[in-house]
Amino acid sequence: MATPRDKFGRPIVVVTGMGIVTSLGAGKTDNWAKLTAGESGIRTITRFPIDALKTTMAGTVDFVTVDPFTSTGLSERLAEMATEEALEQSGIGHKGDFPGPLFLAVAPVEVEWPQRMELGRVVGKPDVDYDDLLRISGGGKFAPYHNRFMFGSIAAHLAATLGTKGSPISLSTACASGATSIQLGVEAIRRGDTDAALCVATEGSVNPEGLVRFSLLSALSTHNEPPEAASRPFSKNRDGFVMAEGAGALVLESYEAAVARGATILGVVAGCGELTDSFHRTRSSPDGKPIIGCVLKTLADAGMTPEQIDHINAHGTATPENDKMEYLGISTVFGERAKQIPVSSNKSMVGHTISAAGAVEAIFSLLTLEHQRIPPTINYDIPDPAIPFDVVGNKARDARVTAVMSNSFGFGGQNASLILTREPA
Amino acid sequence: MTDTVSSKSEPAEVWITGIGLATSLGEGLEANWDALNQRRINVDEKAFAPYIVHPFAPVNLDTQIPKKGDQRQMEAWQRIGTYAAGLALDSAGVKGNKDILSRMDMVIAAGGGERDIAVDTGILSAVAKGNDAPGFLNERLMSDLRPTLFLAQLSNLLAGNIAIVHGVCGTSRTFMGEEVAGVDAARIALARIAAGESDIALIGGSHNGERKDLLVLYEFGDFNLKEKFAPVFERERHAGFALGSAGAFLVIESKAHATARGAKPFARLTSVVADLCQRKRAGDVTATLDRLWSKLGRIEGDGAIITGATGAEPVTSEERAFLQKHGDLAIRATGTRFGHTLETQFPLGLGLAALSISRHALFPPVDSSGVEIEMTKPPSQIVVVGAGHWRGEGMALVEAVE
Repeated sequence: MATPRDKFGRPIVVVTGMGIVTSLGAGKTDNWAKLTAGESGIRTITRFPIDALKTTMAGTVDFVTVDPFTSTGLSERLAEMATEEALEQSGIGHKGDFPGPLFLAVAPVEVEWPQRMELGRVVGKPDVDYDDLLRISGGGKFAPYHNRFMFGSIAAHLAATLGTKGSPISLSTACASGATSIQLGVEAIRRGDTDAALCVATEGSVNPEGLVRFSLLSALSTHNEPPEAASRPFSKNRDGFVMAEGAGALVLESYEAAVARGATILGVVAGCGELTDSFHRTRSSPDGKPIIGCVLKTLADAGMTPEQIDHINAHGTATPENDKMEYLGISTVFGERAKQIPVSSNKSMVGHTISAAGAVEAIFSLLTLEHQRIPPTINYDIPDPAIPFDVVGNKARDARVTAVMSNSFGFGGQNASLILTREPA
Repeated sequence: MTDTVSSKSEPAEVWITGIGLATSLGEGLEANWDALNQRRINVDEKAFAPYIVHPFAPVNLDTQIPKKGDQRQMEAWQRIGTYAAGLALDSAGVKGNKDILSRMDMVIAAGGGERDIAVDTGILSAVAKGNDAPGFLNERLMSDLRPTLFLAQLSNLLAGNIAIVHGVCGTSRTFMGEEVAGVDAARIALARIAAGESDIALIGGSHNGERKDLLVLYEFGDFNLKEKFAPVFERERHAGFALGSAGAFLVIESKAHATARGAKPFARLTSVVADLCQRKRAGDVTATLDRLWSKLGRIEGDGAIITGATGAEPVTSEERAFLQKHGDLAIRATGTRFGHTLETQFPLGLGLAALSISRHALFPPVDSSGVEIEMTKPPSQIVVVGAGHWRGEGMALVEAVE
């Protein structure tokens, strides 16, 4: 029987429950079937008018509705759905009594346009300024807006219904947030602070201002027709990422605690690493050093060598910059092997779920380990010769996979990577 | 088989070796300390009338953010925070030390979402005048929003700017969730250093309270203090908080790391604890604060309490019921002196606690409610308390290093 500690003497951290919602559907079964069939969840936006927008498609989760609609409300609902599935699979604790802390990756929260428009209507005069809004905001009729638009509101709600322990942490490391939530859980278990942690990441931000903001930064694909061909990671004609919604939830436990309660072990979080890039607010250092350092730190944290990684679940956003820099970073660390390790980007199908991406892709990585099958990178018709990865193009590939590296790189110089493996032998 | 060798050794002792404050009372430790001792409070009752704010005292940004291009890429809250973070790095003697900064961990407590008021009101006015075609909002947002504003709104871009301007580039995590985010930033950074996962960290937050969009958000819940200023414990019949502008950062590190580089401590950060009370019944917050107090460690000798009490109700009365059980200790409310700075209030309390311990004196009381009493002895232990206006409770124990 395996020792419950890793080679550094730390508790081994395992995954015992996973839940997922993306534009492909709700739940692991549906998502995995569609992901490995190469289906796209990207479609023309119908939630709001698309007139005057340069980008008119996204990976919206249209089969979940919240009323009244807010992005924060949708994020909360998606997080709940993913968490319910993860807890059900894990069987840990009791309903309303999760025996550990909550780490929630979530987009920054702010008052949204439908609510701001409602305030304008109540003001009821042709020239509206913020003093007018202030005059009508108090007195309790908008009290639900206060609660809804607190940054901590989703975590407070989840903690109350799930009965997680202590102060729940809401965090943002931009596009690396999902990976950071897992990293915080791993660290807490390794420190011995807890035997279990609930790591959740959610994103529901496809609204007009959210889309316009990324559009003004020229970050989004404008390949609107057909929408399912918009996200083209590692292709020569890639032209930006596609905004998407979704959530991922993982129950992490110490191996010892999981074995003791007879839990089914879905995989191991063998290593986490993080390194900040101080080059620019939205661009990577041209020498790739922060990405290289992040990957090296992750390998060191897992006590593994590049030879032991046999699949990379790439950040692969399909922006011209990201994919090029990801290749530079990976090829510097992996050398010639960078061209032999199968690489794939789930974002070609589900889009970029931003705050949720790190967790969503960690779950897809664990499903890859379980099924020994690598999901494809669709829309890979014109390979970029400057990125000679072994991209798993267009069709899923059966492969022997024992360890997956999953990368997340975000605005603000946020780089985080995870290494996921099968149950310790 | 079960490995009986524990990976856990004795937790490392953690010192506060740098403090950076830029507030409504001034910039730097001297200016803030002098103002506190002169019982000075900087409130503006006119600019946002009937709302009261504690306005940011002007600083020369160039001294901490030398590139104008960097200053332009930030909104006020990020400039305040990047400035205060630089002061903390100076205070710890690590500014420009690439070897340390490149592996320094950062845990920031942040809000964000600073709005472009003119864009918002322009759109609302146009809609009020009948511009309701589908896509009107899209059209205006596409033409009116500044592309860089988004980066000034993103919560994690305070950390991003600190990395760019000061080169703090080990790890970078941004916690959100109002007041308790500041507690959790300190709690996680301390836990990581104590467990040997980290040697040195920059923690803190910043807040721009001079924002009408924020006043609207808190007005939804009737949380804003209006008309007339009063100390936080004298607001029972006139409840609310006055938003404040401040940046507060600390450098904390293991004793071993500090001594190896010859750094002197302001104080020891002994423990940080936090919880989320559901606040369903009267007395729930008081009970949570009682429980957190019991987890801090031994409180004895010459102690004091620095609280971030907001002045909002019912939480301030609940906290007061808790404080009354420790009536022998001198209590100081940062909200009275600096206003309410949300995520920044707890790091501000930690900074003032460490400063008071290092100066062998607690600053004098400024209220007549009886909560703040004189303290003439040098404080050896200060408990920092933070109970959020809506959710989240936390505490820390800051102690003198013998």
